[in-house]
Amino acid sequence: MYPRRYLIALGLPGLIWVALFVTLALYALIAIAVGGLDPLLLTPVPAWSPLHWSSTWLTTVGTDLKPFSGPNWIVFERTCLYIAISLAACMLVGYPVAYFTAVHARRSKGLILALLVAPLLVSYMLRMLAWVGLLAPGGWVNAVLVPLGIVPPQFDWLSGLPVTVVFGLIYGWIPYFIIPLYAALARFDTRYLEASRDLGAGGLQTFLHVTLPMSKQGILAGTVVVALPMFGDFFTNGLLSGVNTTAMVGTVINTYAQSQTDQALAAAVAVWLTVFLAILLLPYLRSSARATRAVAR
Amino acid sequence: MGGGTVSATQAPGRAVNLPPSSAQPAGPWARLRHVRWANIGLAAVVVGYLAWSLVPVLIAFVFSFNNGYSRSIWQGFSTQWWTGPNSVFNDPTYYNAIRHSFELAILAVAITVPLGVSLSIFLSRWRGVTSKPAAFLSTVPLVIPEIVLALAMFFLVTKLLHFVTLGTTAQIAGQVTFILPLVIVITRGRLASIPTGFEEAAMDLGASPLQAFRLALIPLLAPAILASAIVAFAVSIDDFVITQYMSSTAATQSVPMLIYTATRGTATPALNAMATVMALTTVVITSLGYLLYRFVSRREQVPQFAREETPTVPVLVEGTA
Repeated sequence: MYPRRYLIALGLPGLIWVALFVTLALYALIAIAVGGLDPLLLTPVPAWSPLHWSSTWLTTVGTDLKPFSGPNWIVFERTCLYIAISLAACMLVGYPVAYFTAVHARRSKGLILALLVAPLLVSYMLRMLAWVGLLAPGGWVNAVLVPLGIVPPQFDWLSGLPVTVVFGLIYGWIPYFIIPLYAALARFDTRYLEASRDLGAGGLQTFLHVTLPMSKQGILAGTVVVALPMFGDFFTNGLLSGVNTTAMVGTVINTYAQSQTDQALAAAVAVWLTVFLAILLLPYLRSSARATRAVAR
Repeated sequence: MGGGTVSATQAPGRAVNLPPSSAQPAGPWARLRHVRWANIGLAAVVVGYLAWSLVPVLIAFVFSFNNGYSRSIWQGFSTQWWTGPNSVFNDPTYYNAIRHSFELAILAVAITVPLGVSLSIFLSRWRGVTSKPAAFLSTVPLVIPEIVLALAMFFLVTKLLHFVTLGTTAQIAGQVTFILPLVIVITRGRLASIPTGFEEAAMDLGASPLQAFRLALIPLLAPAILASAIVAFAVSIDDFVITQYMSSTAATQSVPMLIYTATRGTATPALNAMATVMALTTVVITSLGYLLYRFVSRREQVPQFAREETPTVPVLVEGTA
């Protein structure tokens, strides 16, 4: 329709940008992960040509993260556990919220939506800052819990408790779970619920056999949107704990990246993490492609 | 296919397209009968969730008025962190961070939106082999953790592209790369619903390709362009990981970076005041953007409703498809 040269002129800046800052950047990451070390400065040297690739860093990190026996396996296990708990909580809290807003809310819908989006406009760091203030030994959380005898006086929530880190992950990421779930549920045709009731199903039966299966795509989308950044999250940990015993994979990458001599290790962990996530994502990508095709048909 | 023919035979009965529940007489009592305890429970969960998610932030705002150095123990009301020698506006660190964050956001929006919108038009209108891999690659930053992209860009900038220096330039490059896929997703979603017919009609009526682009496509894309700008602004202001990895000196510290380094230290409530300034400004700017978005997309609701309510159109569309 448009002359080819017009379209090329439109697309070229973006294509060059993507080639440079996505493709080449990821290649640089790999080149560092399979590269060497400067003998004098001990800084990583990228191996741009496949002829110079060496697997030193990747195997070092690989043995570090070896399932069940590697010294850093515990970090990976912990990361998965924290994320699994956070996702379960996102589902338990986020699903009812998204469902109510999409299906039952009427006049209050606009207000609820605005309030659901508000946390995305208030920066993540500020929301963590708020909890650091509340969870401090003399803060308002203890002001409630100490008199009730739930925690001892001057209890420090921020001294490296897994429960604080998981709480922070949930608090920080749940808005990002609810929004895509809401978007999926908003397309939900409530006549299916009436049909199910007319056909004699009870409330629970309807939920399990109609509502839940039909919100599968939304749940998957929310899970992916939230789980991906959590795998790279180091700042929630850094603000709410800062202790090694709650370190996650993102913490490991960030710590390595801070020291010049360990940057190659950071690259190697990042490459392994990306491979792992790509495998994890495949079923999601396949099912969302299938869903798109079904809608198109 | 079935839906189209049914509504065509019953034309022009508009009620056919409405869900059956709203066709019933809906007095206040009829509605109350449908309210069940489960729904009240759900509403309670929603209210509880919203309170839990927003009240801590409000408390953080309140603490910027604390009469003391603590950010967790209330010592009385004072405005010393807002006005006077101790205030957030008098501390160059806070002041610079706020300015730098807005600088980055404005530049990121100014670069990402034109870049992303033009790339999206290319991706959806180009019939060639490059289109699919390019579309995939441009959305890769969405499916890898931000820290992986930040690290990759850090190595790219320090080991290969020496003309991009760490600091503002690299921060902009990083943010644009991170935000670009969001702009592409928004714009392509909109492009998918604009048939090429509009531009073809314009050209049939004597418009040059450039005129068709400017007078037909760009106005139709306006809501997506605005939405992209709002999202790009909000993401840029909030971005921490890439901005941190691409930073160099204290002069390139953004607000999220400053909050991250200062929160666990002995920072005064001026930190809360700075965070409040940022949050309020972001909310105001994005709300204004949203109102503008509503204004821009309002005009086209008329033809959209007409399409939904005119029963013959679906048949026509199916006939031509």
